[in-house]
Formats: sequence, C-alpha cells, structure tokens
Amino acid sequence: MSRLLIAVVTLVIVSFAVFFATALLPGDTATILLGQSATPEAVAGLRNAMHLNDPAYVRFLRWIAGLMQGDFGTSYANNRPVASLIGGRFINTMKLAGLTAAVSVPFALSLGITAAIWRGTPYDRIVTVATIGIISVPEFMIATSAVLLFAVYLRWLPALSFTSEIRSFHDALRAYAMPVVTLTFVVSAQMIRMSRAAVVETLNTPYLEMALLKGASRPRLVLRHALPNALGPIANAVALSLSYLLGGVIIVETIFNYPGIAKLMVDAVSTRDLPLIQTCAMIFCLGYLLLTTMADIVAILSNPRL
Amino acid sequence: MTDVSAPSPSGRSAYRINLVGLVGLMVVLFWGVVAALAPHLIPHSVGEIVDTDYFGPMSRELWFGSDYLGRDMFSRIMVGARYTVGISVVALTLAGFTGIVLGMIAAVSGGWLDMILSRLLDALNSIPSKLFGLVVVAAVGSSIPVLIVTLSVIYTPGAYRFARALAVNVNTMDFMVVARIRGESIFYLIGAEILPNILGPVLADLGLRFVFIVLLLSGLSFLGLGVQPPYADWGALVRENIGGVPYGAPAVIFPSLAIASLTISVNLLIDNLPSKIRDRGAEA
Amino acid sequence: MTSLVQIRDLKVEATTDAGRRVEVIKGVSLDIAEGEVLALIGESGSGKTTIAMTIIGYARPGLRISGGEVRIDGTDMVTLPENKRAALRGAKVAYVPQSAAAAFNPAITIMDQVIEVTRIHKLMSPASARAKAIGLFKALSLPQPDSIGDRYPHEVSGGQLQRLAAAMALIGDPKVVIFDEPTTALDVTTQVEVLRAFKAVTAERCVACVYVSHDLAVVAQIADRIVVLKGGEIQESGTTREILERPQHPYTRELLAAFEPKTHARAPDGDDVGRHPLLLVEQLTAGYGPKQSGRPLVKAIEAINLSVKSGRNLGIIGESGCGKSTLARAIAGILPGYDGNITFNGRELGRNVRDRTRDQLRQIQIVFQHADTALNPAKSIEDILGRPLTFYHDMKGKARDARIDQLLDLVHLPKAVRRRLPGELSGGQKQRVNFARALAAEPMLILCDEITSALDAVVAAAVIDLLKELQRELGLSYLFISHDLSVVEAICDEIIVMYRGQKVEELTPASVNAPQHPYTQLLFSSVPKLDPTWLDTLRQGAEQVRTYC
Repeated sequence: MSRLLIAVVTLVIVSFAVFFATALLPGDTATILLGQSATPEAVAGLRNAMHLNDPAYVRFLRWIAGLMQGDFGTSYANNRPVASLIGGRFINTMKLAGLTAAVSVPFALSLGITAAIWRGTPYDRIVTVATIGIISVPEFMIATSAVLLFAVYLRWLPALSFTSEIRSFHDALRAYAMPVVTLTFVVSAQMIRMSRAAVVETLNTPYLEMALLKGASRPRLVLRHALPNALGPIANAVALSLSYLLGGVIIVETIFNYPGIAKLMVDAVSTRDLPLIQTCAMIFCLGYLLLTTMADIVAILSNPRL
Repeated sequence: MTDVSAPSPSGRSAYRINLVGLVGLMVVLFWGVVAALAPHLIPHSVGEIVDTDYFGPMSRELWFGSDYLGRDMFSRIMVGARYTVGISVVALTLAGFTGIVLGMIAAVSGGWLDMILSRLLDALNSIPSKLFGLVVVAAVGSSIPVLIVTLSVIYTPGAYRFARALAVNVNTMDFMVVARIRGESIFYLIGAEILPNILGPVLADLGLRFVFIVLLLSGLSFLGLGVQPPYADWGALVRENIGGVPYGAPAVIFPSLAIASLTISVNLLIDNLPSKIRDRGAEA
Repeated sequence: MTSLVQIRDLKVEATTDAGRRVEVIKGVSLDIAEGEVLALIGESGSGKTTIAMTIIGYARPGLRISGGEVRIDGTDMVTLPENKRAALRGAKVAYVPQSAAAAFNPAITIMDQVIEVTRIHKLMSPASARAKAIGLFKALSLPQPDSIGDRYPHEVSGGQLQRLAAAMALIGDPKVVIFDEPTTALDVTTQVEVLRAFKAVTAERCVACVYVSHDLAVVAQIADRIVVLKGGEIQESGTTREILERPQHPYTRELLAAFEPKTHARAPDGDDVGRHPLLLVEQLTAGYGPKQSGRPLVKAIEAINLSVKSGRNLGIIGESGCGKSTLARAIAGILPGYDGNITFNGRELGRNVRDRTRDQLRQIQIVFQHADTALNPAKSIEDILGRPLTFYHDMKGKARDARIDQLLDLVHLPKAVRRRLPGELSGGQKQRVNFARALAAEPMLILCDEITSALDAVVAAAVIDLLKELQRELGLSYLFISHDLSVVEAICDEIIVMYRGQKVEELTPASVNAPQHPYTQLLFSSVPKLDPTWLDTLRQGAEQVRTYC
C-alpha cells in the first residue's frame, strides 16, 4: 500500500519536473508558433489566448487538472487535440512493446537463470561476454546492423518496415521482425545480467550450502531454493530492463519509421510542440512507474517476511 | 557454490583475465589521447571535401572512406572523439561529484535530509533518460553546455544511489560511532572515514556510468538532438551518414565501431579490475 | 572392528586471493566408531570445521581436498563422483550448521525443509516423514511440536531453530551427524536446553557425532573423545577424561588454563567509603524506534542506576537483548536516553553526544567488540591512533609519532605495525589497537563493550591481563560489559546483572558467590563447567527456566 503511495508521490514530482522543464525554460512559445516575423501585437494576443501570462503554478495546476480529465491540450503544430494525435500511435507502441516483452522476458530469464546454474562454464562465459557486448553498444547500432544484415546483405526484409499497410500474418511478421529483434537484444542483455546476478547471489547463501549438504541436486538447488528468494530481485530486473525498452523504443521507432508514440515525440521535439511532448513524457513516466511499482509488489508478495 | 571436484582457476587463466582488462585499458587510453590531440593528428581538415565521390570506400588516402559529402571520415572520427569523450567525461565528473557527495551526506546524516534527497533523486531517476534528454532539448534547444548539464543531471541520481548504499553500510560500522563520539564534523566523517572505504567500487561504478553517458549522448546525437552541426560527435556522424547503410558504406560503420570499441573496452576494463577494487558492499 | 569413519592423511588446500595455494589441513588421520561422539576442538583457523566438512564430502569455495582419504563405511568420499556424494548427504551423513538462522531458507516453511531430505532421497512418503519430524520435534522438546513446522524460519527463536536444524539432520536416520559449533550463537541459558536435547536425541538413536567447537566446557559435556587441533594438525587426542585430567600437549594445557577462574585482587569492601563516584547514572531510560509523545516505541533500558568509582571497575552482565550494549551507548551519548541523569566527575553530562564538550567526550572512551568494524579498514594503524592525538591534544609531527610508538608499546604491539592496515593484523592485535586508540585520548573511564567476545580463549585471557596492567599504570576505570561471567569476574569489583532492560541485581565481591535473584541464579548456573558430569547433574528450577528462557 505504501508502495502505491510512493509511486503517486513520485508521479507528482515527475509531472512537476516535466512541466517546468518544458514550460519555464527560455524560448517564448508564442514567438515560436508565429515565427520570428510576427508582430508584437499578434504575439501578445496569442499569449493571452493561451494563458501564457498566468503565473506558472496556475498553468501547472490547469495542466494537471486537464490531464486528470483526459484533456491533454492542443498540439501547437497542427492545432489538433493531443489525445487524437496520440490515440492510434499509442496502440502501435504498445503492440511493439508488448511483443518485445513477450519475446524477451522468457528468453532473457531462461538465459540468465541457466547461466547462473552453470556458473563458470564456457556457456556462462559466452553469455556474459555477449551481454556485455550488447549492453556496450548503442541501440541504433544494433538496429543498423540488423538492417545491414537482413535487408542489405540477406535481402530477407525491407529496410523500412512500415511503408505499406499490413494485410497478412506474413506481412506482419516481416514488418515487426526487425524492430522486435532489435529491441529484444537491447532489453535482454540487461535482463540476463541482472537475473543471473540475482540467482548467483542467493546461490552464495548459507541456506543453499545447507541444501547442498542435504544432497539436493543442482537443478533442485536453483529451482527450489534459490529462485523463490531471487524472485524479488528478478522482478526488479525485469521491470528495470523493460524501462530500457522505453528508451530503445525511441530509437527503434525513428530508425524503422514506425508510427508509434515515441516517433511522434521525437517529431514533436523538432517542432517544439510542448503540449504533445508533455503528454508523451507523462505517458512514458507513467509506464515506467507502473513497471517498477509492480516489481516492488512482486518482491513483497514473494517474501514471507514482508 | 563450488563442489570439491570443481577445478580451481589456474594461474594461466587468471593472467589472461588481466590481459583482457589491460587491452580494455589500452583502448580507453588510446581514445583519451586521440580526444586530447585530435587537431594535431588528422590528415585532413574536418570540413574539407577531399573525395569527388560520396560514401567512398576505404583507400590508402582515405583510410575510413569518405562521408556523404566526400569528407575524410578518418579525420572526422578523430575529431568526433573530442566531442564524445570530452562531453561525457565532463558530464560524468559533474554527476559523479554531486552524486557521491550528496550520497555520503545523506547516509551520514540520515533522518529527514536523507529522506528528502532520496525521494527527490529517485523521482528524477524515474524519468527514462532518453526522454529526459528529449524534453530538455525540446525546451531549451541543444548546445554543448546544455548537453553536459542534462547528462550530468540524468546520471546524478544513479551515482547518488550507489554511493549512498555503500556509505550506509560503512556508516553502520563501529569506527563511525567512534569518530562521532570523538566529536568529528560531518566533513571529516565523509571525507576521511567513508570515502576511502567506498572509493574503489564508486570509481568502478562511475566507469559503467560513463558507458551509459556515451550511449545516451550518441543516441541523442543520432536522433539529431545532440551535438549540432558544424560539430559532430560519433552519434552525429552515424546520423549524417545513415544514407550509406544500403551501400554498407564505411562512413556509417566506422563511427559505430568507434563507439562500440570505447564502451566495450570500458566495460572489459571494469569487469577485470582486481576484485579488491571492484567488490561492492551493495548493489545500487 | 573397523570404525565407521576413517580419515587417513587428509590434506586440504586453500587458494588465497593472490592465487597462491596454502595447505590448511596438513595430514590429519582419525577414526570414529559407530555411535561415538567425537569432538574437534581448536581456535578459529585451526581447521576443525574444514575437517568435519570433508566427512560429508564437501569443501567450502576456495578450499580443495588435495590428498588422503575419508571413508564412511568403506566408501571414500574424496574420490567419489559428485552425484554419488549427493546420494549419501542427508541419508548417511548429515550436517547441523553453526547458524541455523542463516541455514534455513527464508522462503520455505520449516516442515518442508525438515523433511526435504526424505524427498530428495525418496526415503518415505511425505505423510510419514511429517509424522517422523513431529516425533523428532517432541524428542528435542520443542514447543508446539505439531504446528511449529508450519511456520517460516523467521517466526521462531534462535534456540528453537538450532534444534529444528538437528531434526532436519536426523530425519534421514544418518549414521554420522556433524555438529558445527551448534550452540556458539546461543545464550548460555538457551545453550543448556539445546545441549540437553542434542545429547538425548543422539544417544537414543545411537548416531555417531562429530562435534566441532571452540568451547572445551561444552565439549566436555557430550563428547566421548576429544581431538585438539591447531594450525591444521592434530595436537592431541584422547578420551574426554584423559584430555581434561591429564593433558599432555602444551597447547591443550594452555586451553585448560584459560578456564581457570581468574582471581581478581579486589579491594576490601570498606576501602570504597572515601572514593567519590566517577560516573553516576540515575534512572537512565533509553529506547529505539519512532517517538510517541517523546518516548521511543521500544524501551531498551529502563530506569538504570549505577555508579563507577574512580579506579574501580563495574561489570555489566546479561544475555543478548538484555540492553547492556544499549546502556553503554546511552552513557556514551550515541543513543541519547530520554530520561535520567548522567553525572561524570561531579558534573552533569548532556544526554546527547552533541551536548557534550570536547573535553567531556575525551574523558569517556568506548571500545567495541568487533575490532574488524571498529577500525577503519582503509586507514593505517598510524592514522587510526594519530587522529585522537591531533583531535584532542593538537599533537603533530614528531611529538605525535613518539606518542604513537608509546601507545603501541603500552598495548604490547611492535612498532612495525604502524604502517599496516587493520586487515593485516590478527584478531588479538586488532583489539589491542582498538584499545590503544581509546588510550590515546587519555580518558578517565573506558566503556568496554564485549571486547573479548570475538577472541579465542587464550587471546582473550591475554587481553584481560593487559587491561589490568594498564589500570595499575594509568589509574583507569572500566565499565565492563559482557555476556561471559568468567570474564566479568576476572576484572570487575562490582557486577550488575541485567535482564530485559532492567537491572535485576547488583553484586558486590562479597555476594557474587551467593546471588539472590532467580534470574541471576539461573544465569550463573548455566555457565558450562569443565566437569563432564556438569550437564547431567545440573538441576535448574523448572519455574526459573520457564520464566526466563
């Protein structure tokens, strides 16, 4: 319960930070919108119309109140409500993220846990080195490598996935393959490392030594004794890694020209479309907070002492 | 949990591990030197168009080929090292200094100060880093000072959490109690009693954070929101030349390799530090 | 008759941090007959646990059996493949750990862990295993034997967990059980109960036991034979009576000598009349946790009165959780009491460290139990000793160096340790440095919080001698806190007994042998004696045990 409270408090602080970062820093919105050649009268008029002359905290409260009611404001760039711009794209991004999570979580956890079971073996070392390599490399490099490999050399897939509409499962597979593969790589590396570390940590405890001295086999040690205790840290690892997904999505959507919310946001940054940026930022932060709070709850539920 | 029959690491493999770390160190040092001396090392000026062709291949004159305008990639990457390494190092120093000092102060003083600092920085930490970068760039535009400040603000909470977690452990030690009842000030406590005990792991952690900063900076530049023309860091070089991907042009491959070589080396270096330095009391 | 366990020329190697290999067990041979209780005794680092572990075919990470054989019923555990060893563990050889609290998996109920052995080795059905476990719980006189298994480890006490660990070891009807310091972490009053339970249950089942301990008196109660170890080699072995009555080896004699009651030349009672109290504590009350209307949630000590006279020593004795360490912290001002007065040398002291002057802080120094955590591992001995000199006495350069040498000399340490780090010193040396740091402040009173508890008996005795010597030379007073009656008796003029945050009795030299309070009687009678018949003949009032254990 207190976890939820903390999450809410954090969300308020975050919204505060997002709003003031975008709204209070230099650059007059009205001037930006009307361009450098606008007359001072026109600028003043627009400022009035947009309530830009109100004190910052009033605008902040108005913005928060709007968010609560589902009113995300109006895009500066094309005067459409932010909600309508976001709607479909939000679903697209969720599809991409969900698909990636569905692939990467089982993949990464099984690699991480098996690496921990066979710690010190060549298998473990290969996994460790590979994850270090992937973590060290920027997402765009993985994406461009994927394009080079699958589109340029192998010619299996189109370089830009979302140029045409999707009609069949085959199309969908072709379209989603590269973004999902790229994101899976990005997210899994971190998750493998952290879940391995979590299991290894519990493997070093006296109660695992005790279980070993009772004659338990290696799989039994890990599955029965280590895993239940590593569940909290593993949930944490999954949540944290999936939050990397949010960062990865920004790059991947841009590279593959995927019509998602992150691409929308990057475009909004170029046009300095503040209401759109604020809303997108809040969605991302909310997603992040949901994930970490869920991980905390799993950790608490899995521990009989809490 | 090793069993009796598990082979103990032989002297040779222990040596080899150190060798890997050494290679990492050499590459890191190499890029450091390149960043410092780039203007004196480059064969061509970064703006000079030296090739009639764009996305030219590797040749004896142009080791890394030419870019989308026919400029020398080798020179551009050498100079790009200045921006990538330079901005990252400055941002890391800022983030590390504030994060570690605040972390130690929070751990030593405890109570409400600790609570407020931790809550605030945790909230800051819960904004995904790329997003934070995007928002700031959207608001104030991108320039090198803005990038440095943004990157350091993004990575301060991480350094804070790590340093605080370690300092909290040290703070429970009896020698801290002894120093307190001797009547020592908080500055002595953090500087003379805590810092020497957490320095190794904290530096190793900063190394990892350096990798994240380099990656984020490159990512932002790749999106066109980082280092702005006429300057170009490695991320910006990839972005400029992204049109070369369909041809497999060296102009897009080499800046990527440069980033990877730097970040992988830092990781290898840290992973192979003597365990005495790397051992951490707590995972942040 | 061939014995059940045969160890021949056993050698174990350790790999150091630097990758060097050191032999830690240097060719040990011993035999254990069926149903025999063999004790391995020695100080820390003597290799006693390492040897015991090889019987179960196990070497801790970093260790490796490098030679010799360990046969159980003829099977050599050293050469046996890992899966065959696993088949014997729990079924033929079982292990009772030093800290059951750490050895129970926190996420699994106790019953599931106790009967896990039968599941792993497919010995019986879960239902009959459960019934058998409950029988063992009863035999080990655990409370609520029918339901205790349904709890999680953190829900039962340390003494109970230790007995549950024994049940876990015995469930598979092993032929040998290894007890690894199973009562070391327990209070003496609990230890009596647990020892009795162990003794009864193993004798009844005719199980051979290997009992690893550093405490000769405990071992004397249950062992048939004793093996004395030092530096990975057997020094002496023989029946319990032989070892206790006719020790041959000098080291064994040293061990026994550490048990002899120390006579402390106490001042006659009348001598104290003229002495003014150096420290006077009145009605001191302190606690932990969030404050509610000015009082903390958990009261750790309540209305404590005591006085330490100049040049005299006061002992405070009690078991874990009785508040004795809290008392030291409250006097030192680390955990400010919320009620009561502390008067030092005739002047009232602030309850909080922050309210005391530098000179007041200087005059009372505290020395902690664990020198490992009391000395900053990142600083040289020189820096550790030099800081109070600079801080309190403004000493620098040559004067400071000379004083550091003097201090090292006082605590009988060579000057060569100056540039070392604490980690490079032995436990006894660290505790001396710890003490020298307190001396550097030139205090009048030193609070000693369990300063000998982490040390081996022989080393601890030397530290106590040092304390006495320094008292004669420097006219110090000690407030000496310990759970160990013999240590307190060895150095203190008066003794306060604490139980659950309260002072239950104050003993003078005259009354120390005839305590009045039932808890004091229980506590004093629970301290194991070297006499092997002590445990069997010990009669403690059932009422007292129920009330205080």
